[in-house]
Amino acid sequence: MYSFDYERPSGVNDAAASLGEDDKVLAGGQTLLPTLKLRLAQAGKLVDLSGIDELKGISSNGSELSIGAMTRHVDVADSAEVRSAIPALADLASHIGDAQVRNRGTIGGSVANNDPAADYPSALVALGATVHTNKRSISAEDFFVDLFETALEEDEIITKISFPVPESAAYAKFPNPASRYALVGVFVAKTSGGVRVAVTGAGPCVFRQSDMEAALSSDFSSSAISGISTDASGLNSDIHASAEYRANLVSVMAGRAVDAAS
Amino acid sequence: MTTVTMTVNGKNVSADVAPNTLLVDFIRNNLRLTGTHVGCDTSQCGACTVHVDGDSIKSCTMLAVQAEGADVTTIEGLAANGDLHPMQASFKENHGLQCGFCTPGMIMSAVDLVKRHPNPSEETIRSELEGNICRCTGYHNIVKSVKAASEKMGG
Repeated sequence: MYSFDYERPSGVNDAAASLGEDDKVLAGGQTLLPTLKLRLAQAGKLVDLSGIDELKGISSNGSELSIGAMTRHVDVADSAEVRSAIPALADLASHIGDAQVRNRGTIGGSVANNDPAADYPSALVALGATVHTNKRSISAEDFFVDLFETALEEDEIITKISFPVPESAAYAKFPNPASRYALVGVFVAKTSGGVRVAVTGAGPCVFRQSDMEAALSSDFSSSAISGISTDASGLNSDIHASAEYRANLVSVMAGRAVDAAS
Repeated sequence: MTTVTMTVNGKNVSADVAPNTLLVDFIRNNLRLTGTHVGCDTSQCGACTVHVDGDSIKSCTMLAVQAEGADVTTIEGLAANGDLHPMQASFKENHGLQCGFCTPGMIMSAVDLVKRHPNPSEETIRSELEGNICRCTGYHNIVKSVKAASEKMGG
């Protein structure tokens, strides 16, 4: 690793104020630290958010579930409130990476990184979540812009994510057997406003599968989408899977998610 | 340099470290506790697993400064008064190791998994050990060791 300075402020405003152009925000560090170690990134200073208590914790009021940005994956997976309000979200968190990664990695860090194969972006988009920062509130669909790109400004810090509680939801992923990242993951949510289907891992950024959403809104069963395919053009193609293979996986995972949510 | 203070295996330790010092390097180089191993150094193999405030973490993917004020346990801190921890004894009894390189990390992960899953099934043990790689591929006896230890640990 290149050298850097380190700060651990106790408030969000202090953290935002100390962020310079070359600095990086450190959440759980499970992506940032390996990236720094490989010298794929360099930071003048790391601003560690772990000392900010207001960024941690989970609350629910029945219609909305709110999760602080520095809440770890293990805490989401084990939370009685999450399991009660949106069990699919707890299930998703319990399958991120491995146990040690879940003991450090955070929802805010995952969302801010917007890895194309991360699990959380699909949940945020399918559930119609809102990303709250120290400056504003951003809908999940506006938040995830492109490959590793979000709507966050340089000195903007995620404070919490709020999720409307759906009627039912489920997440199905085909994990890369080594990394446990999603080769393809599909999050299906049945909400009062219709059915939403969000796909991660398949493309450069999370996206909604609108043909499946329309079919599921009139008939919420896996047979309703069995004939719907996803265009492979623009999907990821790499050593793990071709674009065509991923396109097929979208249908398979969507079917499994619908069955699990039915 | 930044001064970092933490508790390691029950002892209060303090040192001046560069902010980019990894926790595993602090443990091995500053404290000379070399039971914690560096395998892949890329957050995949789990040989560097230690407990921070009771949770298993990969110490190659945490900075020493992030452990400020924390309670850290390494493989050297498991045995009490010269008696092996039940998990250590179980790995010995069930031949849960071949070359032994991954063993400290396996045992630290296994202790944490039995804490969270007191009576784990074979499936639970295998999925909870996703973050630990044994390059001898001796998984079968590792799983057997963890299962046997969980029964002795009151699961």
